[in-house]
Amino acid sequence: MPSLTSQSFIKRLIQEDYKFFTGVPCSLLSGLIYELEDQQEARYIPAVREDAAVGLCTGAYLAGARPVMLMQNSGLGYSLNAFTSLNLIYHIPMLVIMSWRGKDGKDAPEHIIMGDIDKQLLQTAGMEYSLLNEGNCDSVLQKAKKKIGEEKLPYTLIVEKGLFDERH
Amino acid sequence: MKGTEAFQELLPLIKDDEPVVHANGFICRESFALKDRKANFYMIGSMGLASSIGLGVALCKPEKKVIIIDGDGNVLMALGTLAMIAAEAPENLFHVVIDNEVYESTGSQRSLSGKVQLEEIAKSSGYKNVFRVEKKEDVKPQFLRLKELPGPNFLLIKVEPCFDHSTGRVTHTPEEITERFMEAVG
Ligand SMILES: Cc1ncc(C[n+]2csc(CCOP(=O)(O)OP(=O)(O)O)c2C)c(N)n1
Ligand SMILES: [Mg+2]
Repeated sequence: MPSLTSQSFIKRLIQEDYKFFTGVPCSLLSGLIYELEDQQEARYIPAVREDAAVGLCTGAYLAGARPVMLMQNSGLGYSLNAFTSLNLIYHIPMLVIMSWRGKDGKDAPEHIIMGDIDKQLLQTAGMEYSLLNEGNCDSVLQKAKKKIGEEKLPYTLIVEKGLFDERH
Repeated sequence: MKGTEAFQELLPLIKDDEPVVHANGFICRESFALKDRKANFYMIGSMGLASSIGLGVALCKPEKKVIIIDGDGNVLMALGTLAMIAAEAPENLFHVVIDNEVYESTGSQRSLSGKVQLEEIAKSSGYKNVFRVEKKEDVKPQFLRLKELPGPNFLLIKVEPCFDHSTGRVTHTPEEITERFMEAVG
């Protein structure tokens, strides 16, 4: 099985022409963000809040880029109004890479509820997602490409603890 | 000066191909009613995000002057975005704020901009050129001056609330707004 690393995943996204990145950090995504900062072909713009990151991605898409936002699932609450009153109705797509804190109720208290309901929130909002794992990178990126390219809607990849390296 | 007068002064100064991102509420409706343009992005929801949308456009279209027409309530909701704009510092970004010191769209409840100077926040965040105008005759020269200077620039226009409620809503669907804007911006 090909091993998935922060480096290989970022390279893969750049190959798929995703070159505009923003977001608010999560430790589960720290390896990815450090990789991004080293890329010549891609830019990573630190956002102050997740809704501002959605706005930034929206502008980038309107100007011809293929934007990606990285966030902790706690940022889903902050960004839901942006998704429902902007991206979903204007058909403005983006790739969302969201970490899953609070999985199976085993995490710090502040993550437990969101870790339990984040997928339901996405479903309720009619936003499609996949759980990324070591072996499904090609197929989920294919699904994302279809959603983003054809339906012009956001697509979310959920990242569990341990999938990518954490750099502290 | 009344809010409508500020729009009447500045809209004719915007070139056809210059992208303009509008804050939600009356800002969209006023601009749409006075002069609809394909390069206008009318943000009807997502209050606060006109500034981050404008930043995204400016970063990906460095050859175009990108104008954000914002409201005081919208700016206050997304103060952190001023820091993002200042940190990325796109020279082609021009942030105009129609400051009526109220949330006029929802019934003119007071906002904080009667007590807090938004242009000072922009200046200390690191916008390159910041100007505040209160007189109608100053809008045109200051708008033109700031539009030409390398940015990010910030123009605060103090106005009196005056929105005519019979002004219609934006009639294009959100999807049409996206398509028109993308076509115009290229
Ligand atoms: C998240 C959110 N909260 C509240 C509203 C309701 N709302 C719509 S427009 C508006 C006022 C915007 O104020 P400002 O930017 O000062 O523009 P003005 O109405 O004064 O022209 C508000 C509060 C909303 N659309 N979204
Ligand atoms: Mg106002």
